[in-house]
Amino acid sequence: MHLAYPVVLAALLFSVGVYGVLARRNAVLVLMSVELMLNAVNLNLVAFDAWLRDSLHAGQALTLFTITVAAAEIGLGLAIVLLLFRARGTADIDRATALGDPAESLAAEETPTGAEALKGQAAA
Amino acid sequence: MSAAATLLAATGSLEPAARSFLSPTGQEIVFLLVGIAVLGSAVVAVTTKQLVHAALWLVVALGGLAVEFLLLTAEFIAWVQVLIYLGSVVVLVLFGLMLTKAPIGRSPDADSKNRWVALVVALASAGTLVTLVVDAFRTSWIDLGAGGGSAAVTGASLFRNWVLPFEALSVLLLAALVGAIVLSRGDKRRVPVPRAGKLRAGRPVGSNGTVAATAPKPAAPAAAEPAAAESASAEPEEKS
Amino acid sequence: MNLALPVLVPVLPALGAAATLATGKKAPGLARPLAIVPVAVSAVLALVVALQLGTGQTLDAATRLTPTGGPDITLALHLDGFSSLISVLVGLVATCVQVYSTAYLKQDPRYPSYAALVSLFTAAMFLVVYSGDLIVLLVGWEVMGLCSYFLIGHHWESADARSASLKAFLVTKLGDVPFLFGIFLLGADAGSFRITDVLAAAGEGKLGHPTLIALLLLAGVAGKSAQFPLHTWLPDAMAGPTPVSALIHAATMVAAGIYLVARLMPVFLLSGAALVVLAVMAAVTMIGSALCALAQDDLKRVLAYSTVGQLGYMAGALASGDREASVFHLVSHGAFKALLFLAAGVVIHAAHTNSISAMSRIPGLRKRVPDAYWTMGIALIALIGLPPFSGFFSKEAVLTAAEHAAKGEALTNGLGPASAVPQAAGWIVLISAALTALLTAAYATRLFLVAFHSPAGAAAAAPQVLPAADRATVVADHEADAPYSPELDEADPGSTEPPAMRWPLWVLAVPTMGFGIAGLRSDWLPALLDGGSLRPTGVTAVTGTGLAVVGVLAAYGAWRSATARLGTGRPAPAAAGRVPGQAGAPAAEVIVADPGRTLLGPLFGPARHGFGVDRLYQALFVRPVVAAARLVRFLDREVVEGYVQGSGIGANLLGRAVRLAQTGNAQTYLSALLAAVVLLAVLVAV
Repeated sequence: MHLAYPVVLAALLFSVGVYGVLARRNAVLVLMSVELMLNAVNLNLVAFDAWLRDSLHAGQALTLFTITVAAAEIGLGLAIVLLLFRARGTADIDRATALGDPAESLAAEETPTGAEALKGQAAA
Repeated sequence: MSAAATLLAATGSLEPAARSFLSPTGQEIVFLLVGIAVLGSAVVAVTTKQLVHAALWLVVALGGLAVEFLLLTAEFIAWVQVLIYLGSVVVLVLFGLMLTKAPIGRSPDADSKNRWVALVVALASAGTLVTLVVDAFRTSWIDLGAGGGSAAVTGASLFRNWVLPFEALSVLLLAALVGAIVLSRGDKRRVPVPRAGKLRAGRPVGSNGTVAATAPKPAAPAAAEPAAAESASAEPEEKS
Repeated sequence: MNLALPVLVPVLPALGAAATLATGKKAPGLARPLAIVPVAVSAVLALVVALQLGTGQTLDAATRLTPTGGPDITLALHLDGFSSLISVLVGLVATCVQVYSTAYLKQDPRYPSYAALVSLFTAAMFLVVYSGDLIVLLVGWEVMGLCSYFLIGHHWESADARSASLKAFLVTKLGDVPFLFGIFLLGADAGSFRITDVLAAAGEGKLGHPTLIALLLLAGVAGKSAQFPLHTWLPDAMAGPTPVSALIHAATMVAAGIYLVARLMPVFLLSGAALVVLAVMAAVTMIGSALCALAQDDLKRVLAYSTVGQLGYMAGALASGDREASVFHLVSHGAFKALLFLAAGVVIHAAHTNSISAMSRIPGLRKRVPDAYWTMGIALIALIGLPPFSGFFSKEAVLTAAEHAAKGEALTNGLGPASAVPQAAGWIVLISAALTALLTAAYATRLFLVAFHSPAGAAAAAPQVLPAADRATVVADHEADAPYSPELDEADPGSTEPPAMRWPLWVLAVPTMGFGIAGLRSDWLPALLDGGSLRPTGVTAVTGTGLAVVGVLAAYGAWRSATARLGTGRPAPAAAGRVPGQAGAPAAEVIVADPGRTLLGPLFGPARHGFGVDRLYQALFVRPVVAAARLVRFLDREVVEGYVQGSGIGANLLGRAVRLAQTGNAQTYLSALLAAVVLLAVLVAV
């Protein structure tokens, strides 16, 4: 099998994950997209393991580790999302902007209108 | 000399003329088809407006990936993928969606305002990565041999060569477990934001009745909840 | 001879100064003993050192202080007759001043710092006197400049004192810069900063640029010793407390310049041009300052101008090549000028004014301060130069030196050939000194008569004791157009002459009366110095004394006639009965019989203002400097500041722009991060 197939598939999958992370509003969906990216990496690892015929099977072993770490990550991530949701009443990532610079009058003008627009959309 | 020979042997044969992209093997065709399915379902998963559907499309994508693993002779990993991702991670994600009151059905605001930027960045990274890997591995060929990733081989490798990282990983999992519990229990003194009765069902795990039990003399905010419950139960009596 | 003694002499007052400063706040009671004891012990030690050294011997000791690229700097000690004589004078005057100050500044809250600075000043002067190395000497020289700045500005509450201290500092520094270069040049030419080496090199004729060196050094000397172009700081320095004036004028600061020239006399003898310059400088200083002194209304300013003139005498003696006469006059002048200032301090305390015309209206001033009256009279006679007081002998020594120089047989006492001194220098000094003798007698007489013997004061029906509340009006009582350096005065009028202020007067009166005798025999004072004769000689003695007597008589006559005119022209009680608030210049001018006005005629106005030298400097130097400073300020404010503020504003705007990126939305951050990563990867790959 050409190595190019799995590797290109992994690259595209990774980019899809990137899009998801950057574009999704719901934090759970962002975590999902992260899973996609991790899986792209897994695919790479497996493909290279097969290609290199590694005597240690490093690629496969690391894939297992990655899967484990991903599981841990999503558990913790969901816990954090829940905490955020309980504290803020929302799991929307672009509304958790407490670390931003709130003093700017421009932002102060924009934020309410944005929030109102959101509410209007939600109501609709 | 011998090192170069072993490296050459390890990396498989490099005969581009013999391995044309225009004459794919059956394995490659299957891989390609499944890959298209994976990619398509992944794209749908990150673009769909229905949040629960997104999680389900993710199941398709990850399942497809398990098939791809199989095709790459990594069968043990394929089953692990099915078990962990399909079995637990997606379920967790679904739980998460429900616990955060993700709306069922189409939600028009599923994507943030950052979407177009995200699209540009994603396309750029895709272009860069694909160009890079195609340029680099255009002529590489995988000689797939059956049983390269069987449970026996993987297990032997794992417990012969990777024992220490494996054990360390178990500690990591434990830490993640403890951390997740601590995080989701939340602060005992915090009053949950009052919501409509329907939402009680979706109360976060951890902020249950043990609050009152573990805090016999709770502070004022913690005391508010039982008091509210009492008054709620008292009201019908007064009415009657 | 034990080296510890001469080393202790400058060290003790410095330690005393440090101790006074350290304990001044916590234990004010210790300030007085700490101020007096080290200085007094130093004075005694200086005397012991002088006696042990004996006559005609020198002591040199040195230890290398710092290796430099060029000539080494050594911590050197050089003792000879000159330094031991002057150190005894310094010790005596400094001790008197410290004792006197305990009473004079009794109420002053800043007495500890004052006493510490006086001690430090004394230590610095001892260092200058004892130092055998030019760089170490320069250290003492500059420490004195600094101390004078602080002491003149002791009453920094008043603007006068502040500006006077600044002026003293800047003017002396103006001379110190060429002085520094002169020392460098001297050290480079001689290959050493040791004074003995320098003098040896001068004797062998190894100095390459004697005239340049001498002129550069003279600039510093003119600054410190208040000679003509740089003399303006001294009259203004009267804003300091009176004991400080005594210290500065008599023994320490102004003497340093003369002492330095005396030490380096062989260098100066190598350059006839420098001697002529020194002679002209001395002549202009002498005559100008004597004229100014005749017109001043401020008692302390009269004395200040008198100091400038007497320093001119010393410089004149140096220009004539006779350093013996110069140092002789320096010592006798140190004694009587210190006495004059301390007595003036007593009088000013009693009268609460510096103005002699205001003093003339105070009835019975003479009787309230008898000690000051008598000692001041003694000191004024010494200043005039009447025999047998010390001033007569020392002034005669100067005149004799000038006369010999004019004849071409200068009394260099073996330091150089007699022909080294140009005859022109001798003539210039001789004529101006004779003229100055006349003028000195006139202004001294005028001062004494107007301040103590005015009939207006005697006949006045004014209030007998001025209430303390009137002090301000009395201080404002001086003639309006006269330059005036008032000193803040917190004294108690009830105790005009405490013992601590009286005893130093009489202690100083002894050398004022008797020191001149020391020059009579060649194995007394001259043996300590260069060994030349200090005896008065016939012609100059008669001429000088005659001129002085003429001056006294002229001043007395003018005073009598002015008094008579006043008596007939205007009844005294009318003037004396004036209301303090209306005390203005016209009344004061009319009622005071001022012989200076008669004697000087049209010169009176310019002389009163120091012949406009200050105004000239104001126009020539101060205003251009101020204008340049204003230009610099403008450039700094408008141009440089523009850049600075522009960069600030630019950074602000940039910050505001960057702030927009701080949305707090993690997704935008991540987008930027990933986009940059992609961009970097592409850039690196391509």
